[in-house]
Amino acid sequence: MDIPDITAVELIGFLNLIWQSAVMLVISGFLLWLGIARKVEPVLLVPIGIGSMLANLPLGGVATEGGFLAILREAGIYTELFPLLIFIGVGAMIDFEAFLQRPYTILLGAAAQFGIFGTFFLAYLLGDGWLGLLDFSLKDAASIGVIGSADGPTTIYVSSVFQTKYIAGIVVAAYSYMSLVPVIQPPIIKALCSREERALTMPIVTGAISQRTKILFPIATILVVGLITPKAAPLIGALMFGNLMRESGVVKSLSATAQNELANIVTILLGITVGGMMSGTEFLRPETILIFFLGIVAFSLDTVGGVLLGKVMMVLSGRKINPMIGACGISAFPMSARVVQKLGLEANPRNHLLMHAAGVNTAGQIASVVAGSAMLVLVPLFS
Amino acid sequence: MAREVIEVPITGKVVSLTCKIGDMVQEGEVVCVIESMKMENPIVATVSGRLCEIGATVGQVVVAGKLLVAIEY
Repeated sequence: MDIPDITAVELIGFLNLIWQSAVMLVISGFLLWLGIARKVEPVLLVPIGIGSMLANLPLGGVATEGGFLAILREAGIYTELFPLLIFIGVGAMIDFEAFLQRPYTILLGAAAQFGIFGTFFLAYLLGDGWLGLLDFSLKDAASIGVIGSADGPTTIYVSSVFQTKYIAGIVVAAYSYMSLVPVIQPPIIKALCSREERALTMPIVTGAISQRTKILFPIATILVVGLITPKAAPLIGALMFGNLMRESGVVKSLSATAQNELANIVTILLGITVGGMMSGTEFLRPETILIFFLGIVAFSLDTVGGVLLGKVMMVLSGRKINPMIGACGISAFPMSARVVQKLGLEANPRNHLLMHAAGVNTAGQIASVVAGSAMLVLVPLFS
Repeated sequence: MAREVIEVPITGKVVSLTCKIGDMVQEGEVVCVIESMKMENPIVATVSGRLCEIGATVGQVVVAGKLLVAIEY
């Protein structure tokens, strides 16, 4: 009688463990520890950690062709669907009132996207553009630069459109740094702003924005941004659709679903799918480490850009604008606004910058979509 | 006696009021917490003195600029 050979190499996973898979399993465990024990962005790190663990089980087939994570990848990442669905939820969560009361903040939002372009150049120069040290094509460099949008969906969207092979590393870096904003921004802000500047109070803006304005705003933004930069249409369209559901007041159940169930469902699927893209052979390359380094560069340059313009506006306004709020042009909402609120109170207990910071933060959300779309338009022209 | 008015710094919902009228408060003591944009913001007394007026109740949505508390000192 033939006794089946149960030690057949095709059946036993750990006999097929290559070192890259083993390292990734450790990294997966680390991400899970970060998320569960240290509570760092658990809604992202727990799914990403498990997805990564599943993808690196040899012969598990979870993330390879036909596996469920591969199917989700095809369905949601390569089609750019997941980030757009999340953006509908994000739009439904944002209150643009603070921004509409201070429309000048769009300039600070724009200045804080500087990190995208600075990092893009740096990545490209390290790669195909000049030094050739790393395998970064123009599109790879652009996708890395968009980490500086400090916006998960925009980063995933641009990376998917450009089909960069570094999408997993870029996405993990982007989400990691968004949660590290309270660590990255304060030292830069303190270095650029004197205590006196940090203590500057800003007058409270009264005069509520009418509901009609808040309804027309998302519609107008879709038209204006979409007609000027058509490549921005999907991102800005999804974001503003969510916002319109919120502000119209006539689809409260849809708005609630967008903010809660939709956002959570897509976060689950997105997280586990991104984790599923972290297979050892793809992820453990020198480029990945550089991407993590460039991510910090991107966030830092964003902060510098925003704060410097904030200082210019402080001078031009006769010291009525606190330069720190420029740092909120990064669209890491609400972390950035919270950081600035805290620094303001530290410098001066009467200084509540939160409202102003939130206005800049939401302006930054729009600016980051426009900047990401600018990349989508400009890069194909040069490649 | 001078009166220090603390205005609502950000539109949001009052989630807690830790003092009542007549209480003595210290500068830096949290008198109220306002929740806004899924953040909890502690509002501290800017001077030490006696709380003489409260302009909101717990659970109420308040608008930036309105009087939140007043302290006599």
